Amino acid sequence: MSDARLSVFKTYKLYVGGKFPRSESGRVYEVTSGKGEWLANAPLSSRKDARDAVVAARKAFGGWAGKTAYNRGQVLYRVAEMLEGRREQFVREVADAEGLSKSKAGAVVDAAIDRWVWYAGWTDKVAQIAGGANPVAGPYFNLSSPEPTGVVTVLAPQESSFLGLVSVLAPVIATGNTAVVIASERSPLPALSLGEVLATSDLPGGVVNVLSGRTAEIAAPLAAHQDVNGLDLCGADEVLAKELQVAAADNLKRVLRPQPVDDWTADPGTHRLTAFLETKTVWHPTGSLGASGSSY
Amino acid sequence: MAEMTPTTNNPFAYAPAPESRSVVDIAPSYGLFIDGEFTEAADGKVFKTVSPATEEVLSEVAQAGAADVDRAVKAARKAFEKWSALPGAERAKYLFRIARIIQERSRELAVLETLDNGKPIKETRDADLPLVAAHFFYYAGWADKLDHAGYGADPRPLGVAGQVIPWNFPLLMLAWKIAPALATGNTVVLKPAETTPLSALFFADICRQAGLPKGVVNILPGYGDTGAAIVAHDDVNKVAFTGSTAVGKEIARTVAGTEKKLTLELGGKGANIVFDDAPIDQAVEGIVSGIFFNQGQVCCAGSRLLVQESVQDELLDSLKRRLTTLRLGDPLDKNTDIGAINSAEQLARITALVETGEAEGAERWSAPCELPSSGYWFAPTLFTNVTQAHTVARDEIFGPVLSVLTFRTPEEAVAKANNSQYGLSAGIWTEKGSRILAVAERLRAGVVWANTFNKFDPTSPFGGYKESGFGREGGRHGLEAYLDV
Repeated sequence: MSDARLSVFKTYKLYVGGKFPRSESGRVYEVTSGKGEWLANAPLSSRKDARDAVVAARKAFGGWAGKTAYNRGQVLYRVAEMLEGRREQFVREVADAEGLSKSKAGAVVDAAIDRWVWYAGWTDKVAQIAGGANPVAGPYFNLSSPEPTGVVTVLAPQESSFLGLVSVLAPVIATGNTAVVIASERSPLPALSLGEVLATSDLPGGVVNVLSGRTAEIAAPLAAHQDVNGLDLCGADEVLAKELQVAAADNLKRVLRPQPVDDWTADPGTHRLTAFLETKTVWHPTGSLGASGSSY
Repeated sequence: MAEMTPTTNNPFAYAPAPESRSVVDIAPSYGLFIDGEFTEAADGKVFKTVSPATEEVLSEVAQAGAADVDRAVKAARKAFEKWSALPGAERAKYLFRIARIIQERSRELAVLETLDNGKPIKETRDADLPLVAAHFFYYAGWADKLDHAGYGADPRPLGVAGQVIPWNFPLLMLAWKIAPALATGNTVVLKPAETTPLSALFFADICRQAGLPKGVVNILPGYGDTGAAIVAHDDVNKVAFTGSTAVGKEIARTVAGTEKKLTLELGGKGANIVFDDAPIDQAVEGIVSGIFFNQGQVCCAGSRLLVQESVQDELLDSLKRRLTTLRLGDPLDKNTDIGAINSAEQLARITALVETGEAEGAERWSAPCELPSSGYWFAPTLFTNVTQAHTVARDEIFGPVLSVLTFRTPEEAVAKANNSQYGLSAGIWTEKGSRILAVAERLRAGVVWANTFNKFDPTSPFGGYKESGFGREGGRHGLEAYLDV
């Protein structure tokens, strides 16, 4: 009887604004395994899908940035819990996508889950390493605090479809930004499945939006978009990266250039956490007790 | 010297109190400063720098071309090897020397800056120069403590820094650029603005007095094309620019696809928000310093006054009364509040934007004052009946022009303040602490002054959100721009 059971395929869909739409263009493209076997038809996102994702990310920004850092940490930790529960699914998808053995794919997924946990713990610590009190030479209280940049477009790494993806996405949202992620072009399925995890992890809709398709086609309108504030070019080759960086100059997006990553399991450091932060410095006169007259 | 109020029977009339020019000796001509030597430009080009208060030619300065840029970058590259290898404590001592020499020569430099820039001696003496010395002193101390700056152990310098600075705070902007660059072990090629090259050339002499190794600091006066050549040079590893947003975007395009690290400090349209419970007299002083400090030629100027509707009349009466007491005239006079506009071009820009403001229906009020017959001058001006759509509420004027808008609720104030392509500075005036914190948190601006305005300090990071640029200058944050981290 077991031989006769036909498995149920999953329709992979985009994740935008907390919902799972197909591409508005109606287009899909074939996703194959490392060995060339058909895995699924993934949405081939259009420029319009990209713009819709920006609208969703902008709408979510105020609420997400405004949450307490503790709360953002709780939500991100919840994502790790959900990932753990779906571990087998991700091991299968990563093995298919990257041509890895089950055990190697298992190690990759474990590393990705651990990375979520790592970043979950950063949410309420980053202000203390990136901000601080400034001892100005005058009677002023002076404090610098990091704040999220806004809506960040992330070109996920092309090769590391899951651990790489998690490693570039988690720091962006941990600090309060919202993200539009372009999944690995050849291996988008783990990213699209991650959307399903995020949807069930208390993460407000729109904080992360996942698009699949041709990286260059989707990235171009996002790099030029006036309501996008940051751009992580991780998944772009040299030619595309330059083109996108030129477009990004139009509204002075913060751009993180592609940096070679040999080993995604290595300690990521804090530079991805601080790449999409602004520093705000607030001054106030301290006055003086018992003195007469103006404290200014 | 012209004064804002008629002097007849004015009990507040001041006698002229000019600072002596004799403290500074300006040579008839200056060369480029490359590899420790003053030299002519390869193509022999020169330009004149004038005093904007009198249009008197102060000196003739060599104008660097592409060949000179290449020579300066080569000198900086050559010097980088030894400079970056020096123990931090030794680099620190050079910077401490420079800070001390600046303090010693601060009166001379203040007078020079006032002559070349047109700003009041009161400001160069009490703000620019003390901050310049403090900035070098502050970053000197970092040079041997970089391991502890939070960027990992032994953070490395980038190499040759190409730096392009504006004319509004010529020597202070030089300090903001050169001090952190040298402290972290980089060498520099710096272009001062074409209208204010002199203090940078005097700084070259200070480097000589300090015994700074040749090639560590190179100064290339010139126009925009000189700056563009520095930015585009293949052997420059770091670009730092302070200036207009339009040029900043062009620079961002130029360095795209290269390894050059970029920081930009660009335009602003700062909102200065006055709530109904603010102490009006103190707020008025803050508004005045916010927009009329340095004739409003300040990127972080509080050029949009957002006043709560219920106190608008009282505040504006008080503000106008205060503006009539400002003294406009000879920048070297110690009683002068408002000096000259830096150049004929800038005056034309201000004039055109003010004309646009009037044409668009905003109501103009200018302080009644007589402008000197020579030089470039603009009376302190404010616009009322301004809406968010008006050009004078949106575009950076970079002059002594204040646009007044009103609001009813804190939410409206925040929304209007943030309704700008810029995000450099903002001000908040209220006696209510929780409101300060709530509003400050929601303002998208890099510097927020609460119950004060236009305060600067080397320990305090400065820089913008949005199209006001990226990166920070000052404080521990300011090191990052010059480190390979």
